[in-house]
Amino acid sequence: MIFRTFEKQELKKLFEILAAHNRIIGPVETGRDRDGRPVYAFADVTDYDDVELKYSITKLPAKRFFLPFKEDLSTFRIENDTWQKEISYNVDRPLIFFGLHPCDINALNKLDKVLLHSVYPMPYYAAKRENMFIVGMDCIPQPYCFCRSMGSDTALHGFDMFITDLGSRYFVEILSNTAFNFLKNIKTSEPGEDDHVLYMKVVAKRNNEFTRHVDTTDLTKILDMEFQSEVWKEWGDKCLSCGTCSSVCPTCYCYGVDETVDIDLKGARKTKMLHSCNLIDFAEVAGGHNFRPGRENRLKYRYYHKHRGFVEAFEESLCVGCGRCGESCLADITVPEVIDSIRGSGRNK
Amino acid sequence: MEAGETGTRTYLGVPLYRPRVAFFEFSSCEGCQLQILNNESTLLDFLSLVDVVNFREAMTGGSDDYEIAFVEGSITRDDEVKRLKKIRKKAKTLVALGSCACFGGVNQLKNRFKDINKAKKEVYGRHPIDSEPVRTLEDIVKVDLKIYGCPVKKEEVEKIALHIAIGKSIVFPKYPVCMECKRNENICLFELGEPCLGPVTRAGCDSWCPNSRAGCWGCRGPADEPNMEQMKKIMEEYGFSEETIMDRLECFGGFSSLMGKGNTK
Repeated sequence: MIFRTFEKQELKKLFEILAAHNRIIGPVETGRDRDGRPVYAFADVTDYDDVELKYSITKLPAKRFFLPFKEDLSTFRIENDTWQKEISYNVDRPLIFFGLHPCDINALNKLDKVLLHSVYPMPYYAAKRENMFIVGMDCIPQPYCFCRSMGSDTALHGFDMFITDLGSRYFVEILSNTAFNFLKNIKTSEPGEDDHVLYMKVVAKRNNEFTRHVDTTDLTKILDMEFQSEVWKEWGDKCLSCGTCSSVCPTCYCYGVDETVDIDLKGARKTKMLHSCNLIDFAEVAGGHNFRPGRENRLKYRYYHKHRGFVEAFEESLCVGCGRCGESCLADITVPEVIDSIRGSGRNK
Repeated sequence: MEAGETGTRTYLGVPLYRPRVAFFEFSSCEGCQLQILNNESTLLDFLSLVDVVNFREAMTGGSDDYEIAFVEGSITRDDEVKRLKKIRKKAKTLVALGSCACFGGVNQLKNRFKDINKAKKEVYGRHPIDSEPVRTLEDIVKVDLKIYGCPVKKEEVEKIALHIAIGKSIVFPKYPVCMECKRNENICLFELGEPCLGPVTRAGCDSWCPNSRAGCWGCRGPADEPNMEQMKKIMEEYGFSEETIMDRLECFGGFSSLMGKGNTK
């Protein structure tokens, strides 16, 4: 592994070099909530001063840039009785993510397993993912994130460079040639023993700041055992079936496909729309039968996909513990509480 | 090509069906019909899919020979009942256009009053008119299709016309507005300190109001199996009074069947 340190003002220079010829996505403030707290989002940035590197978390993940909520998979040109199919992977240039937190980098790594390295890779995702440059950034633990319990508090791969704030300067971990070459444009130095000590101190301090934890020991088995638990009904009663948890989830990738004809009848399109397993029509099939008519069933299966099915397939959970779903859920359904209640439901019997 | 017949115009070799359609209005602002005329970039395409034979807002004259009647407005007078029944008899398909036709719309707010004369006096003063409690189209005749919204979403009406022409089924979202709102990357209205009925209201409007940072008033009526109990709890938790909640739920009448019909105050 290659490490460097650099003075803080150098980061602006790095940004400007990257921005000169590339599209940069970074965290920006988009408003204030009712308590006056800033609301952050990932957006296109051209000015370094707009980047909020000390952001807590964005409401929506960076997902929309590589798994858009709505994406045309193919379009059709219709002339008389014939048609011409056109396919675009909807990417015209590389994307640079500037300031992704470890949870969001880990989310990409998890998505890669399904959408890139599986039997049927998704070319629309691959085209974007393989033209990506990621500058990771350490985070400030929030009261609702439980990434440490999910093993997503640090990113081991899936980025080009990862920056840690040492207070007086930045420490950077370099994982790609591209990152190494870009860094040649700013003043960096080899970290010394002091920097290593400081880095470890900073990391240890951050580790202690994670306050939300969830016990995932044996969770796949416990979920099997508690499939009929009454607890699911209680959570189901609260659930609005609004799909917000999936929309704000950095790893939810389920979708539906809409086929529409243009009103002038000269074109048609096949559009992929991200869906949510909590929506009432998620498991509705032709003929009208609904395999998951109950709210509690839909909510339960979302947990089974994240914390059981995916674990059995890939030996890791499909949850990074960012806590966005719980924060956005108007009914206050949070992952740690649901999992705790399932673990505890056996004890209360 | 003659209206109402399959003619020479085809889509991928399959002849299109071009129905004769008529537009009518009862007690309403006629804004839904206006919406249909509103989007000029697609108006001609829309008009080539259907043969409009009666549309007071758009044309002079008109024929009583139609297959599909798009009916806007709620029913508040006896003469309206008679006229609606006549339309029903003539039309093969009757479409309730907009929330007034579907749920009574804003007009049904007057049904809140125990004494309707109080409402009449407030609105019409010394020039009273005949006005009965508001009824929906369905209260009087069979309705084949409901297009929700106050006003209706133009794109949705266009899609319906298109699907009739090419023989594709007409489907509405069953899930609530939140899904579209998140898709549009809005900040949750509750987070901004605004009440919103998005979590229980039927999607399909592309979160029209929340996109402008205005909370949803539920004009499209309830989504399939909305969680009303939780919605009320959330409103309370965020500090909104019961009156605020009721004002929104009662505004367009879509939720009346879920709150016990008729007068609540």
